[in-house]
Amino acid sequence: MTGVDPVLTAFAAEVGPDGPVTVAGGRTRWDRGGAVDPSARVLTAPSGVVEHQPDEMIVRVRAGTTVAELTSVLAAAGQRCALPDRGGSVGGAIAVGENHLEVLGRGTLRASVLQVRYVSAEGRVITGGGPTVKNVSGFDLPRLMTGALGTLGLLAEVILRADPIPAVSLWLEADAVDPVTVHAAVLRPSCVLWDGERVRVLLEGHAPDVAEQRDRLARLATFVDCDGPFPLPPHRWSLTPAEALDVGRSSDGSIVSVSVGTAWRTMAQPPRPVSSPVRGISERLKHNFDPTGRLNPGRCVWT
Amino acid sequence: MRRRRPPRTVESGPDAELIADLRAVLGDRVRVDGAERALLRRDASVFDGGSAGPICLCDNTAEVQHAVRTAIAHGRAVVPRGAGTGLAGGAVPLGNPVVVSLARMTRVLEVDVDAGVAWVEPGVVNLDLSRHLHRVGHHFAPDPSSQQVCTIGGNVANNSGGPHCLADGVTNAHVLAVEVVLPDGEVTLLGGLDAEPAGYDLRGVFVGGEGMLGIATRIAVRITRNRPAVRTLLLSFDTPRQAAATVSAVIAAGIVPAAMEVMDRRITVAVENYVHAGYPTDAGAVLLAEVDGLAAGVDIDADRIAEIGRANGATDVRLAADDTERALLWKGRKTAFGAVAQVAPNYYLHDTVVPRARLAEVLDEVYAIAERHDLMVMNVFHAGDGNLHPLLLYDAREPGVFERVHAAGAEIVEASLAAGGVLSGEHGIGIEKQGYMSRLFSDDDLDHQERLRRAFDPACRANPGKVLPAGHSCADIQALRTVPTGVWG
Repeated sequence: MTGVDPVLTAFAAEVGPDGPVTVAGGRTRWDRGGAVDPSARVLTAPSGVVEHQPDEMIVRVRAGTTVAELTSVLAAAGQRCALPDRGGSVGGAIAVGENHLEVLGRGTLRASVLQVRYVSAEGRVITGGGPTVKNVSGFDLPRLMTGALGTLGLLAEVILRADPIPAVSLWLEADAVDPVTVHAAVLRPSCVLWDGERVRVLLEGHAPDVAEQRDRLARLATFVDCDGPFPLPPHRWSLTPAEALDVGRSSDGSIVSVSVGTAWRTMAQPPRPVSSPVRGISERLKHNFDPTGRLNPGRCVWT
Repeated sequence: MRRRRPPRTVESGPDAELIADLRAVLGDRVRVDGAERALLRRDASVFDGGSAGPICLCDNTAEVQHAVRTAIAHGRAVVPRGAGTGLAGGAVPLGNPVVVSLARMTRVLEVDVDAGVAWVEPGVVNLDLSRHLHRVGHHFAPDPSSQQVCTIGGNVANNSGGPHCLADGVTNAHVLAVEVVLPDGEVTLLGGLDAEPAGYDLRGVFVGGEGMLGIATRIAVRITRNRPAVRTLLLSFDTPRQAAATVSAVIAAGIVPAAMEVMDRRITVAVENYVHAGYPTDAGAVLLAEVDGLAAGVDIDADRIAEIGRANGATDVRLAADDTERALLWKGRKTAFGAVAQVAPNYYLHDTVVPRARLAEVLDEVYAIAERHDLMVMNVFHAGDGNLHPLLLYDAREPGVFERVHAAGAEIVEASLAAGGVLSGEHGIGIEKQGYMSRLFSDDDLDHQERLRRAFDPACRANPGKVLPAGHSCADIQALRTVPTGVWG
């Protein structure tokens, strides 16, 4: 129970105890979960990287900070995090909960959120989780807030796990090679993408390891250097790895992440309804955390 | 002349209907025998205040659901139980609840190597799963020291860790989906095998829920490919402080080893007497560091760790020559708690986490606390995570010793919190640390944890009386009060 930063207290005062309210980040996923009721006051979360401790592998950052700024602060000390940079804010990335394209190499976004400080519907600053990479002290509020679209609390500050940037990162591309074989041929690739014809793979690690993995791939097909992932269609789908491969086989312009199950397509994924018991828990969560429905009114995480 | 009344049995007592209803589906796998109930009164913690009601040895999801629904119908609480190896009292049954044992649900249901997923029942023993996966070149990454007996269901309930969770993360990072019997008896799947399951992250919340959010009946775990190359280093130091400084310096150098474990001299001597792994008995502390991956990279990291160790005062650096030597070193580390039996008949194992940079000073404080209370302490810990495991040694037959052990334990927890740490790294809160929750969290914070719990369990029937301190979980007290007394004794 360390003292709460006055900047966060001021944000809580701004949120206050009543009236519909929302927080805007970079608005890169603004329509996710439905449109916010226009009556809601639009606030901005406080910003700034408060503290980066590379030897603890943690960074404390305010929710309104851009992911780009965070990325550059971490990079200056040779580290990186699991948040995707879509031009938005740290709080937005966590509220949306999408993983980085390179999730195989960076880990899931959810696993990287160690502590959250958010403003409750009552206008109070709440802390969940802790400042260490390992922690099982009580119920997991950071997991609950990640991907909750600000419907249970408004993120003010988080502590994230930071990991070393690998010595070498190398994107390679090949035509007409089985993406599953590529994935299996190398140890822990950071990303394997497939457009139905071509495979792009990201190898990371020590230089001799990356060279060895590259040699291994060369036995499967002719791989050439490329400058990064494929350009991605706008709509993100969440599928099982097997379903994603089926999408890839359709060669309809979709890009799929092999062994992960994410697909990027030209059309939106149909709603994915939750089970009736899950709906019951979700409704009770919303009611317990936001009894008057003032946080991001109009948005809903489940269908 | 007074007639002696026949002895009242549980079948004829106030729980007769409850037992009959449970037996309607579970038959003779509902146990009410005094000896069996006495066995399940405790877990591996020191807490002795439990008392089990009927014990249900369930074989499948439907039976777990029946046990939960029957308990609800009779207004009783439910406590799930795996192997009972928990160290925080999470599985201690309070107030004669229905105990749901998952120990018979031991099947590995499906292994899909391409998808990197295995479906298992909750009673599968952690090490058995990794052995099962060995044939397909994979393992389950979390490896608690109790892995020879603890179950995957228990790992999920406690979000368990282990020495090899530094690089790969604890249980929550390795669970994709959980089939759960919720506290109201409904069955559902939380999470899923798709990349980013829809809705709130209820799967993520459930892991580490200490049996208070429902009972896992099938678990989809992520399986991890075995690394082709492993290097295990044993570094000797004059002091634990030097070992701790090395750990910080390794992380600061941008290396995240698979494991970094420190043992102080007392525990190293005990371990060496026990397993004869070649641990140095004259070193003040040893650091066991392991890196895995591809051959060239692990050599680079191993050389660098050795160099950093020497710069921080390592008197000896040994590289395990082969798998046999590596296995022996790890056997020593993982059986450390058993080895302590040579030194004292009882021990109290603590579990706190501190920022890595504060390890050395908190360790000094731990030694000073033990000395003040006239207790012997041994330190063996997951140094890479800053996860301390001080062992306070004692002889329970000594009058008044337990009070000293508790007082010293409380000071260790306070010292860890004062250093910016947290209450538990992997053992959970259970009963043990309930009273400390208010030291780490404000009333508002705890209130929000209770709101989360109530969304899963509005009636507070699932493992009541744990984790949240009294006052933040009023309904628990009611649930425990409604229990009939007398017949269970």
